[in-house]
Amino acid sequence: MSFLGYVFMQRALIAGALIGAGAGTVGVYVVLRGFSFIGAGIAHAAFGGVAIAFLVGMDPLLGALVFSLLVAWGIAYTSRRAAIKEEVAVGVLFATSMALGIFLLSFIRGPRVDLLGYLFGNILAVSSRDLVLSFVLAGVVFLAVLFLYKEFLFIVFDPGMAEVAGFPVGLLQGALLSLVALTVVLSLRVVGAVLVAALLVIPAATAYQLVRDFHKMVFLSACIGVLEVIGGLIISFYLDTPSGPTIVLLSASLFGLVLLFRKGTR
Amino acid sequence: MSSVVELRGVWVDFGGHPVLEDITFSAAAGEFVSVVGPNGAGKTTLLKVILGLIRPRRGEVQVFGVPPWKLGKQRARIGYVPQVEEVDPRFPLRVLDVVLMGRYGALGLGRRPGAADRHAAVEALKLVGIAHLAGKPLGELSGGQRQRVFVARALAVKPELLLLDEPTTGIDPAASESFYELLRRIQKTGVTVIMVTHDVGVISRYVDKVACLNRRLVVHGRPEEVMADAALAEMYGCAALFFHHGRAPHMVVRPHSELREGRR
Repeated sequence: MSFLGYVFMQRALIAGALIGAGAGTVGVYVVLRGFSFIGAGIAHAAFGGVAIAFLVGMDPLLGALVFSLLVAWGIAYTSRRAAIKEEVAVGVLFATSMALGIFLLSFIRGPRVDLLGYLFGNILAVSSRDLVLSFVLAGVVFLAVLFLYKEFLFIVFDPGMAEVAGFPVGLLQGALLSLVALTVVLSLRVVGAVLVAALLVIPAATAYQLVRDFHKMVFLSACIGVLEVIGGLIISFYLDTPSGPTIVLLSASLFGLVLLFRKGTR
Repeated sequence: MSSVVELRGVWVDFGGHPVLEDITFSAAAGEFVSVVGPNGAGKTTLLKVILGLIRPRRGEVQVFGVPPWKLGKQRARIGYVPQVEEVDPRFPLRVLDVVLMGRYGALGLGRRPGAADRHAAVEALKLVGIAHLAGKPLGELSGGQRQRVFVARALAVKPELLLLDEPTTGIDPAASESFYELLRRIQKTGVTVIMVTHDVGVISRYVDKVACLNRRLVVHGRPEEVMADAALAEMYGCAALFFHHGRAPHMVVRPHSELREGRR
């Protein structure tokens, strides 16, 4: 039976397409603004949220959503007020939420929580409920990017000028980081908290090597994202490897190839 | 002539330290004013006060007759060219897309630029003489060309007031010269131009007024009047010499030591 014959695989592939397109699109802003590290911070915070949700008996993805959104706005606020360096705030947060997650999960008795699955992704993990949530999350991300396309471009390219033009730069930055949070939660089941940051960076970085037009870069990055997540899932199915690392390795290989062929031109 | 920009007794503090002290300054409609001063003199702060981004602790600011933070939609009457270092030149954007950003503020949240905006952007590019570069990626331009792109972006809303922050940084002297010519041409279309620069050697033949800033605004007048004023020397801890070449007064500033040697 081919991989398409399995229901779990069908769900994983549909979720995978949404993940690839979402991460590819949001990743463009992440790469161009240079906040890859913030993406990683939010991803780790999501894992802390999963653990808290398990303890209080909430849906783990909803826990991840709440927690990562809080962290996203926390970072946006810190970067505006500059009480401490944004980088330092993320650095502290990064390890703390990961530690909190594993610490809390060690208290949970009874059915073992799929710790590895949340950390590195599990191809079997996408339930039909998760799939519904994926559609909602991806829908919000795409609608937001569609509506605030020029605003996000403006604050990423030239935040000072966006402020002069009268745009609410702080709120827009928070909104953009919220999209990062939504994408992280969207990807959590299939890619895992540890590796989702790579998905926010690699497709966009690959597209950046190939085109010099922002609009084309967004489109290309989304396409590359879909291709890599779907491709990674299929390889993961046949090799019986964890889906997250397989997807990331495939993405990194493609990025390496593109770099090799584009060498010296950029 | 009515004043486009008017500051009276303006004080600005950052964390308890005065950045601007008792600034009184005005620019009349259609004037080309250059504000010179060393790094850290408060030049960018002065522009941000005019833009309404910073509110003074004391004093009065009026732009087009109202406090700039109350301009609202009228913000579009101001064009602003920020310092070049603030953007990444390798950002994957084409020249026309950058110029179109000048129209974003007037468009408002969620609305995309249309044909009229594209037309205005092309017109602005023509005005600064680089319409042929519209489709080029920003990263392929020279420093001088890139600076023109940012001027075109500021002009895309057809402003009545143009503010420039250190526009000739990183541009070679010949390109700077033709850049000043461009500003002069823009001024002749009726636009009030205020340019701040740390380049005290700026050739003042293009400007109507020179103001010297180092927390306080020391000199304020026509280039010839500035020359008569000894205050400039106090301000920089250096002496300023001016030379006349017919109708083109040049302002040259040298350190004390160098000047003393010259006097022997």
